[in-house]
Amino acid sequence: MACYLTTASHLALYRSVLVVLVLLALAAPLALGIGFLGALAMRSRNALLRPLGTLYVSMVRGVPDIIFFLFVPFAIDQGVEYARHRILCPDWDQPVRQGNDFIVCAAAKMPLATDPAWVHDLWGFLLALAAFALVFGAFAANTLQGAMAAVPRGQLETAEAYGMTPGQAFRRILLPQMWVYALPGLSNLWMILTKATPLLFLLGIQDVVYWARELGGQKTGVYAYPHPDWRVWYFMGVLAFYLLLTWSSQKVFDRLMVRMSHGQATAGGEALRRAGA
Amino acid sequence: MTFESCAESFRGLILRSMGREFGDRLLPRGLEIDTCDQVFLIASGLVWNVYFATLALFFGFFLATAVALGKASPRAWARKPAEAFVFLFRGSPLFVQFFFIYEALVLLPREGITLAGITLDTQWTTRAWAGALFVLFLNTSAYTAEIFHGALKAIPKGDLEAADAYGLTGFAKFRRVVWPTMLRLAWPSYTNEAIFLLHATTLVFFSAFPAWQQMGDALYYANYFAAQTFNPFIAYPLVGLYFILMTLAVIGLFGAVNRRLNRHLPREARARFRFRPQYIR
Repeated sequence: MACYLTTASHLALYRSVLVVLVLLALAAPLALGIGFLGALAMRSRNALLRPLGTLYVSMVRGVPDIIFFLFVPFAIDQGVEYARHRILCPDWDQPVRQGNDFIVCAAAKMPLATDPAWVHDLWGFLLALAAFALVFGAFAANTLQGAMAAVPRGQLETAEAYGMTPGQAFRRILLPQMWVYALPGLSNLWMILTKATPLLFLLGIQDVVYWARELGGQKTGVYAYPHPDWRVWYFMGVLAFYLLLTWSSQKVFDRLMVRMSHGQATAGGEALRRAGA
Repeated sequence: MTFESCAESFRGLILRSMGREFGDRLLPRGLEIDTCDQVFLIASGLVWNVYFATLALFFGFFLATAVALGKASPRAWARKPAEAFVFLFRGSPLFVQFFFIYEALVLLPREGITLAGITLDTQWTTRAWAGALFVLFLNTSAYTAEIFHGALKAIPKGDLEAADAYGLTGFAKFRRVVWPTMLRLAWPSYTNEAIFLLHATTLVFFSAFPAWQQMGDALYYANYFAAQTFNPFIAYPLVGLYFILMTLAVIGLFGAVNRRLNRHLPREARARFRFRPQYIR
């Protein structure tokens, strides 16, 4: 049994768990950053920025996200290849779209056909990361915008009365206070992000779903195993992995919420104050 | 692309998602594909999204009510299983649930199960129209149960005391006070649940369930076209547009119900719908 669970392909399964965790670790801060910029755009007084931010957020939210996960990597891949094609091969005279083909010169391929396999894997991963950051950036923008609006007006008016500039009021008053309002939404987003990671499989990345299918199957593209169809057991393992992930994140968020509520003018903060007194 | 070729596409493809008998035997391939093909074939796939969403929502409504009541029950034998059910289906990705239940259904004996002399056929359970519907039904039940449970907890104490004062007990109290109030309070969130169940139906043919005879949903066809033409810029925005329209239809439909549920209340006390989605399951 121990021997079976440490075969080379099982090690690949464990590595794919790592891929999922790396994606989570990178996508979450990226999405938060994009979301922050998006929220600022939605709040700005600039006549160009505000509609742009609102359009971005409402477009991503109104459409099933799987469409974006399929569309964004495809579109970025072609966009990058097209840009490189224009720069690297200026004397190419044929159109890029010929019938149903998308043809760029060999030097503009991304990644190059001569690159080793890991570069291709990395490029695929980066495209997936871009899709996740873009979709979850829109969700985060919506949450953060709501949180910024939820900070009581009196707090900002007081800041103005103290003679702070809008920038100072934003940095010193709004920014520290908004997180307690944002946290429930952000924790919800984190759960959703966690549960979206199996969609990596759709993007052609060898994640846990891929390996569960490969290892459990009787006969797959790669190997023929001597055991019967065990996929259901492997997927039960994947299911347990995700349940553990969401359950433990919930515990962390609960503790974080308690800590953030300290000294805040909310029901949670008031309860903490009473308990302490 | 002429009007005639477009009408031809319409006849051949608008019902194609229901099977080969209802349109062209083969899907358009490669250079044959024009924009009209994409418009009509993707639209025809919407039938499956609507089918999965409405039936899962309908059956899920009853199971969700039962689970929510179980979760709110003081008796452990009712509460524990309900909590476990909700945790299992809300804590794991729908995508993995599809795979897991599909593989479990595949393991059913192929020749059928013999029960008391009658042989029950099991083959159909692995087909998308039954198996995927079953998964979606369980999944939406769990999410809806959580919404209904929250609404049960939020029923004003005064309403329940008034029911007691009128001498209502047991089922009569549930049917005439608890249930209508729960529905009224839950409805805005339930609208979001309906929208996102509709969106989640696009996952069916990307998970384990095979699209038999190329009968697929809207996103299945959009993906097919994007792969065939190597051009994602027509098919995906098109399916996105269809889903925005369907989302608006759901909001309109559920908004009408919401108005009916709230018709006895003054205007400012009514529960408003806010688009606050669960995004991905």
